[in-house]
Amino acid sequence: MPIKAITPDYHGDFKDGVEKFHGNQIVNIHWEKHLMFAWPMCVPLPPAMPFGALIDGVLPGIFGAHPNFKQIDWNAVEWKTSKGPFKPDLAKSLTDNGIGHKTTISFRTPGLNGVGGNAVC
Amino acid sequence: MAAEGNAKPAKKLNLKENYALLTRGLGWEPSYEKKEDIFRNVDFEGVVIHDWDKWEDPFRLTMDAYWKYQGEKERKLYAIVDAFQQHNGQFNVTDARYVQALKVFINGITELEYDSHRGFNMLAREFPGVGPRIAAQMQSLDELRHATTQIHTISQYAKYFTGMNEFPYQFDRVWYLSIPKSFFEDAVTSGPFEFIVAISFAFEYVLTNLAFMPWMSGAAFNGDMATVSFGFSAQSDEARHMTLGIEVIKFLLEQDPANVPLVQKWIDKWFWRGYRLLSLLATMMDYMLPKRVMAWNEAWEIYYEQNGGALFADLARYGIKPPKRAPETIAEKGHVAHQMWSVFYANRDAVGFQMWLPSDEEMAWMSEKYPDTFDQYYRPRYEYWKAQEAAGTPFKNSTLPQLCQVCQWPCLFTESGDPTTLSLRESEYQGQTFHMCSDGCKDIFDDTPEKYVHAWLPVHQIYQGNCFLPGVDPTAPDFNPMVEALRYMGIKPGVDNGDFKGSADATNWEKWTSRPANIHEGAYTDAVRDTASTADVTARKAG
Repeated sequence: MPIKAITPDYHGDFKDGVEKFHGNQIVNIHWEKHLMFAWPMCVPLPPAMPFGALIDGVLPGIFGAHPNFKQIDWNAVEWKTSKGPFKPDLAKSLTDNGIGHKTTISFRTPGLNGVGGNAVC
Repeated sequence: MAAEGNAKPAKKLNLKENYALLTRGLGWEPSYEKKEDIFRNVDFEGVVIHDWDKWEDPFRLTMDAYWKYQGEKERKLYAIVDAFQQHNGQFNVTDARYVQALKVFINGITELEYDSHRGFNMLAREFPGVGPRIAAQMQSLDELRHATTQIHTISQYAKYFTGMNEFPYQFDRVWYLSIPKSFFEDAVTSGPFEFIVAISFAFEYVLTNLAFMPWMSGAAFNGDMATVSFGFSAQSDEARHMTLGIEVIKFLLEQDPANVPLVQKWIDKWFWRGYRLLSLLATMMDYMLPKRVMAWNEAWEIYYEQNGGALFADLARYGIKPPKRAPETIAEKGHVAHQMWSVFYANRDAVGFQMWLPSDEEMAWMSEKYPDTFDQYYRPRYEYWKAQEAAGTPFKNSTLPQLCQVCQWPCLFTESGDPTTLSLRESEYQGQTFHMCSDGCKDIFDDTPEKYVHAWLPVHQIYQGNCFLPGVDPTAPDFNPMVEALRYMGIKPGVDNGDFKGSADATNWEKWTSRPANIHEGAYTDAVRDTASTADVTARKAG
């Protein structure tokens, strides 16, 4: 049902369109079963950034403090978005991997599920 | 003399006559303006009112009686506040951690009283019925009084402790204060009927006892006589506001069956929004009170599950069901305070108060109060973080969160049935993606995306470059967006935030009172003299 408002056909303007981020897009990244990092991390990234650069250049700054991080076998990592699982092509851009503005990427690291295997840590 | 002798004094009206003249006598049928031109905002929401005179005034308070009662309460309150200041009452609280809770209160809650004042002011203009207009006008004045008394009371603390001196400025800018701000601005920008259902019923009637009962008793138990006093001074007003809340619901439901689905939708929405807002109280009660009176899950059981259960059983005869997302609040009650404290701790460099890890004594209390959740899910995390602190590598997160488009909390909550999986929800709307923290918030977004696309989400605003002070150059080589955003928010990094131990508040507290800043950890500094926890005293006792 459309909104009821005193102004006919009221519609708020979109506050967070991609054009407002100076060439970047918003990407949210969540490491599953590592809830010390208790929310998806929101970062502005160039859409043309290769997926491999996200792994090498962005994720260490966010998650590097976790003892599991250095043990990650990136070939075994399982990636997904709200549209389902996907296998990233590391050489291709975020856009070409289907990562758009405000996409949330979740990744799971099999065998690594928090400090001491405890997913809350 | 004769003439004077004949003049009888005007008969004093009794209360009933006085009230009738105030509420009914002042209302008149307009003769040269159309009624719908005068009351322009009462129809668009679709609420049907057949007879405003059916409004049963829940409290027959006349204006002169109102001024008299409020004046008496003010005199009493300010006498106590004066005495509190003269006797340095700010140093009689349990320890300096308690003051951190007051920072959350003054920065995040007091402004809501003022917003509420604005909202009820609008109702006092917009309702065609005189009874509800008078009630709204009185509540509007009450709310303004509450904001004022809280500011005056807490100002004494602001003279001695950090983080309370810029509350109106911070309310509009600090990233996590958009949570309370967006709550009330959503209500104030709704129609008059949605506003009154949201605030008078869902918030004041169903939820506000949580703020007044355990939180105020917590203040008393920790020696904060000033906060208790403004709480008591507000309490009789709150009783009136709650009565208004239940009267509004009954009036709307009795006026026309078409109102039932509208009222149900607003109850579902505002119960959930109010609950998400009050989650802040969960962490204040469980973690920020050095001496605790009640755990959040116990408060939720008493004030929502039992009292709310009875209320909704009573409303069933109108066809009203309990709030749609109430089961989620019950499922979360063992988790929410701990999840929130964890994120505040992990992000302690980005908030406006100082943080600490719970002591062994506190964790033992939590194990007892939360036997099904604490030891399994939260103790291991705190113990790991304690070990990290001891090793000199304390854990900190430095990346901003994905925010919920509706409640504006970070998406930090977990699935009802699985505390190790975040509850992440998404909606696509006109080709854009929007994130929500829960099914409750997704229901609200999906119902009126036209409103929520417009939300001012602080994280996105920072990344758009809208949260820096004038003159800041984001292209400068040494530009640090986090530091600059905190400056814009009025937070001094390293003074207003970070670790409690070693903070100005903790150190000053020990200097000024000779008592430990954290009663559970003993003395941080040599300034502490009168406690068995200092090494000297322990050694002397042993000798």
